[in-house]
Amino acid sequence: MTIFDNRLARLTRLVDPSQNLPGKNAPAVQWQRRSSLSRAMEAARPLLRRPGFLLAVAMVAFALLAALAPNLLSSYAPYATSPADKLAAPNAAHWFGTDELGRDLYTRVVHGSSVSVQAALLAVGIAMLGGLSLGVISGFAGGRIDAVIMRLIDVLLALPGLLLALAIVTAIGFGTLPVAIAVGVGIIPGFARTTRAEVLRVKTLPYVEAARLGGASWTRTLLRHILPNAWGPVAVLATLDFGAAILATAGLSFLGFGAEPPAAEWGTLIANGRHFLITAPWVSLLPGLFVVGVVFSFNHIARTLEETQR
Amino acid sequence: MSRYILSRIAQALLVLWGAYSVTYFILYLLPGDSLSIMLSASGVEIDSLSAQDLAKAKLYYGLDRGIFEQYVDLLWGALHGDFGNSLTLNRPVSELLIERLPQTLSLAGLAIVLSLIGGTGLAYLTAYVRWQPLKVALSRLPSLGFSVPVFWMGLLFIQLFAFTLGWFPATGNQGFSSLILPAVTLAIPSAAVYAQVLQRGFHGVWKEPYIITAYAKGLTRAQVQARHAFKNAALPLLTLIGLQVGNTVSGAVLVETIFARSGVGRLAQEAVLRQDIPVVLAIVTVSAAAFVVVNLIVDLLYPALDPRIAHTPKVS
Repeated sequence: MTIFDNRLARLTRLVDPSQNLPGKNAPAVQWQRRSSLSRAMEAARPLLRRPGFLLAVAMVAFALLAALAPNLLSSYAPYATSPADKLAAPNAAHWFGTDELGRDLYTRVVHGSSVSVQAALLAVGIAMLGGLSLGVISGFAGGRIDAVIMRLIDVLLALPGLLLALAIVTAIGFGTLPVAIAVGVGIIPGFARTTRAEVLRVKTLPYVEAARLGGASWTRTLLRHILPNAWGPVAVLATLDFGAAILATAGLSFLGFGAEPPAAEWGTLIANGRHFLITAPWVSLLPGLFVVGVVFSFNHIARTLEETQR
Repeated sequence: MSRYILSRIAQALLVLWGAYSVTYFILYLLPGDSLSIMLSASGVEIDSLSAQDLAKAKLYYGLDRGIFEQYVDLLWGALHGDFGNSLTLNRPVSELLIERLPQTLSLAGLAIVLSLIGGTGLAYLTAYVRWQPLKVALSRLPSLGFSVPVFWMGLLFIQLFAFTLGWFPATGNQGFSSLILPAVTLAIPSAAVYAQVLQRGFHGVWKEPYIITAYAKGLTRAQVQARHAFKNAALPLLTLIGLQVGNTVSGAVLVETIFARSGVGRLAQEAVLRQDIPVVLAIVTVSAAAFVVVNLIVDLLYPALDPRIAHTPKVS
């Protein structure tokens, strides 16, 4: 008899004037313009319900905080040696243990963040600048320019990333900055391809035509209409490549082309611990685990963003 | 069809030439003074030389000629398999490469096979499992796989399987048992990529009408997955194998350094450390050639494996 009950309820609502016209008694809900903040909050709400995503964001936030203000997270000095407790296993005082000179490893990892994160930021920055401009020019200009740029991208893709980086490092020297530049150049092709594909897709959409008909110049159309709409996949790729850039810079500094020995950097920390793998495996394994955590967090964030974008 | 093959081969050669030129540009033109790098690599201080000796050194390294001439000369040599002499080892680069290549080829070959087995196995399992928590955990595994630095994984394996358990030798390149740990380490990132793509492939394929038809015929879930879903989901893997060659070569540099194997990757690391420009140029060129050739083969194989893709010219 549920159907009947429903109908009855609807009938009473129809008959009863006070329920039928809510505007008379209750004040009408006023339409409000949503601010960009509230819109962002609304978009972020489904993401906040995922515990894994929150954990990943927390991990990335920790790494960024460590990069910006390492002293907040650790009370030891990164270069202070204390030979008395060298190669100590992880304990309450030294969370990650100590290395061969008695330096606190956790502190060195935290302080190493600033070099590693900056290097990765620089690399992704270079890749985004180069890749975005190449992709936009290529997708926008079309024709011969597009063909030439795409052939160049094909060539760069044929060179294995690490080997291209190695060639660049051979030419411009060792150190954190050259390594970051080399890694950045190595990931340009991916950005250029993604940007080009997105620009090609967005270029044909009706609102671009509408903007052009409305009298907007090509520059304005590009900056205000095409780029904001082509941005999504590129941002996901940037997050993903941030993790890849951390891995690549760590790999290059592991090979011995990164920061000079006294400086702490994730790759060099792992490389230093190699010699004590039998007696003190934590010296290289724990910093490595930290790197795994950070890179996995970046990958997870990128994947979640990609899933929610669709 | 034959026209397609020819154009594809021409394209591959063009890409290879481009790769050589880009690397030449980076190595010979980017540094302000390639002579000083070459001299210091050979163990000579540039300041100790007189102007006469400098001119002699320039002549010896072929730096006295114009840039274009040098380039043509090097390219002509490379085409004939002559990559010049190593600056630090005083031996022809091609000889070094031939000596080191078998090590790397066996490592990379085993790694590719292992990564294919591991990647498809994982994705297959993920598609077959129905218990949701396990399915989610398995589908997150690839993401973890390429978050792990290759060199860290190698160290973990050495600590675990060589030092603690003593199953395999930690370093060296004698015999098959020393090949297993490096190959597994090298296989993990590629396996993660294969697994992820195949998982997505399965995800998409399950919704296709022919799967419903297969079920309607009375096939079991295992049969449907093996005969209908897998074949269609696995097609993108072929392209990926070609693209992963680059990653395998990159990983080989790290893995050979960790496991102290005397392969081309280790040679690359040593050459960069000593700024041995001809060796670096030769290694980059050879790996680019490997990438181009494998991708060419994949492209040519595609129509044979997937008849829907035909490269016959369209009738207008």
